Amino acid sequence: MTLKWKFSLLAAASAACALLFIFWNVIGSWDYVVPRRSLKIAAIILTGGAIAFSTVVFQTLTNNRILTPSIIGLDSLYMLIQTGIIFLYGSASINMLNKNINFFVSAVCMILFAGLLYRFLFRREGQSIYFLLLVGIILGTFFGSVTTFMQVLLDPNEFAIVQDRMFASFNNVNTDLLVLSVIVVALVSLYSLRFTKYLDVLSLGREHAVNLGVNYDHVVKRLLMVVAVLISVATALVGPITFLGLLVANVAYQFFGTYRHSVLIPGSMLISIIALTGGQFIVERIFTFSTTLSVIINFVGGVYFIYLLLRENKS
Amino acid sequence: MKKRYLWLALIALSITSVFVGVKNITPLDLFSLTEAQQHILLVSRLPRLISIIIAGVSMSIIGLIMQQLTRNKFVSPTTAGTMDSARLGILVAMLLFTSASPLEKMLVAFVFALAGTFIFMRILDKVKYKDAIFIPLVGLMFGSIIGSVTTFFAYKHDLIQNISSWLQGDFSMVLKGRYEMLYISIPLVIIAYLYANRFTIAGMGEEFSTNLGLKYKQVVNIGLILVAAVTSVVLLTIGSIPFLGLIIPNIVTIYMGDNLKKVLPHTALLGAVFVLACDILGRVIIYPYEIPIGLTVGVIGSGIFVYLLVRRRAFA
Amino acid sequence: MIEVKNVSKKYGNKTVVEPVSVNVAKGKITSFIGPNGAGKSTLLSMMSRLITKDSGEVLIDGVELGKSKSSDLAKKISILKQSNHLNVRLSVRDLVAFGRFPYSQGRLSKEDWVFVDEAIRYMELDDMQEKFLDQLSGGQKQRAFIAMTLAQDTEYILLDEPLNNLDMKHSVQIMKVLRRLVDELGKTIVIVIHDINFASCYSDHIVALKNGRIVKEGPTDEMIDTDVLREVYDMDIPVQTIGDHKICVYFA
Repeated sequence: MTLKWKFSLLAAASAACALLFIFWNVIGSWDYVVPRRSLKIAAIILTGGAIAFSTVVFQTLTNNRILTPSIIGLDSLYMLIQTGIIFLYGSASINMLNKNINFFVSAVCMILFAGLLYRFLFRREGQSIYFLLLVGIILGTFFGSVTTFMQVLLDPNEFAIVQDRMFASFNNVNTDLLVLSVIVVALVSLYSLRFTKYLDVLSLGREHAVNLGVNYDHVVKRLLMVVAVLISVATALVGPITFLGLLVANVAYQFFGTYRHSVLIPGSMLISIIALTGGQFIVERIFTFSTTLSVIINFVGGVYFIYLLLRENKS
Repeated sequence: MKKRYLWLALIALSITSVFVGVKNITPLDLFSLTEAQQHILLVSRLPRLISIIIAGVSMSIIGLIMQQLTRNKFVSPTTAGTMDSARLGILVAMLLFTSASPLEKMLVAFVFALAGTFIFMRILDKVKYKDAIFIPLVGLMFGSIIGSVTTFFAYKHDLIQNISSWLQGDFSMVLKGRYEMLYISIPLVIIAYLYANRFTIAGMGEEFSTNLGLKYKQVVNIGLILVAAVTSVVLLTIGSIPFLGLIIPNIVTIYMGDNLKKVLPHTALLGAVFVLACDILGRVIIYPYEIPIGLTVGVIGSGIFVYLLVRRRAFA
Repeated sequence: MIEVKNVSKKYGNKTVVEPVSVNVAKGKITSFIGPNGAGKSTLLSMMSRLITKDSGEVLIDGVELGKSKSSDLAKKISILKQSNHLNVRLSVRDLVAFGRFPYSQGRLSKEDWVFVDEAIRYMELDDMQEKFLDQLSGGQKQRAFIAMTLAQDTEYILLDEPLNNLDMKHSVQIMKVLRRLVDELGKTIVIVIHDINFASCYSDHIVALKNGRIVKEGPTDEMIDTDVLREVYDMDIPVQTIGDHKICVYFA
């Protein structure tokens, strides 16, 4: 299959999934159902694209295909914030509290956290990226301990609300936030465009990249920040889907069999959109909400990851 | 760090631990215990003390064993998926055998913990790039994957809050008749002590140990079985105590070097002292309420771990 | 010319390279020799901006390293380190094409491909240019990486132990290529090398390091000398002349 064919295939599949999702079995007023579903699809495309893009970039920066950007503690921080709000102000607050404020608080906290982490760890020269990740994970565990503590103390009704937040959901995305997220994601992507030409070279590792004239520290810091912003916005918008990126990035590597980011990035974005729209369609229309999509994606992504680890370097 | 000071600290903290609590008992009361006081001592305070010491000692020691076997300072039940696998095991036991006794649950958890640790070791064999930092990263990723599988099933059966409260490390639930399973880890720790040197050699690799006439596979398997067994026993009776097996051995080896026989007693003592101190702290801070040990150790432990990492980098 | 002036490097409180000064002449092969831990590779990495220096300056044709843009430097000086494990699966041709990045920023023109083809031919990789790197032997892989630095077409080429893990035949082959690069194309090459006989047979100038200091430097002829070598390696090495070459007999 040539590259063109592969892309056409993916584009057709994602369009089909999206259309199926919007127009399948519309009951009642089209004027009501179709715009609502379109909004959902828009949120899915935005988050799916952002997560796929940032995961591919992140894996290139870390020279590792088994890592996913939210492991630096962003997901745990999000859960901490959500649990904290309910714990401190009660379940009424989360409904009372303007959704937009919640979005801002979560997104800003996550971006700040990532920024501080990078700042702290890049202060010394020669710090390995793995070190940064490990510190991030540890802080994630720390947030997790505090979250668990609060969750245990919540009464079951309040916990049910927290539990809703534990899993990404595209059901309650409102238009204002979506528009805002689209703007942020678009701006950030536009900014990162000037660095994309370095990605192929960066995948050779630091020494080769420096030798070939890439201003390594400068580029890596900025790209890491781009990744953090994209993941934060996506998470604040719909909730955490930790292993989606891992899944789609690796499927893209397999499917395209190339190192070129000009292929990998759009490819993984399409795959991500197919996984989410297709998955959401199946979950919503076939299982009719008995479980949430992100739980399934984490499960599938997780099993795939173990397979990858066991297969890695077998050749 | 002299062993003598550790003993002193252990004794002092043990005494404190016995006399801290909602029901007031002072050392003087020992000579004229009322029946109620006697009851509290025997049913709650002493079991608590014993379980803290056993948990602290055994978790630190198996942490040390894991680090010897993998020759990586940052591997421990928390950072190798052992803890998460055991947790999955407990969930499976809860779902499939609803009426299972704690011992049966422990067995299931043990099987899962063992399988999880084996998978991690296999992954380690495959990973070519054995960077000291990269390996725990893989372990933590692996752990969170197992965690996502657990969540998948827990969510389906509406058990998420149940399981997280159940498995949060907490000594306040330790009462006479409910913690005795913890004694299982005492013989395990003794075996670990006897095998100590062999674990060190096995850590040097299969060829190295075969050359020295060691049955490599056997020793590694014994090590992993010990690790899995202790982890599941502690997880089931106390709950998860993150990072314990990681920070204690690291602190000790910073002062004492890597000779396992020499390091073991210190590790055991420091483990007990650390958990005791954290437990007392958790009981005092918001007195008369309690902060569970999982949280205190989680918070203090992650702080110390990050410090150790930064330190290691600075002297690399 | 590369001028190294009082450059030093410390890790923690361990000094790896004391302040050293050395000049690398144009159009020559300069070899860095010395025992393990002498600081050869560290010095080479500092000369090529791979790691930062704690003090001193490195001037390339009179301009300080830190004052030039990294992307401009990549057209002037290239470095190849000894461990080259890649996490991406590339064909030989893809890898060599990466050498043109400083000129093309990833979009290779016809002219760039001409350089790529030439580099491949120069390293005799024509037959295997479509093969993936992980299918090659150690020597072939090493040649592919050198071809990449050739495609980079820089005046200065720095190589850190290019003969590591190579058998005799391939070692000689690579040293001959380096010699040709200097003689035919006028390149300036600096290598870190362990085998002093290769240094003796192929280089013009030798710099001997020990414990982070330069013990002695000079033309090859002066440096391959029992007294000098004793100072560097702490052992007596008889030197015999065989044909045109001075050979060190350090085996017994």
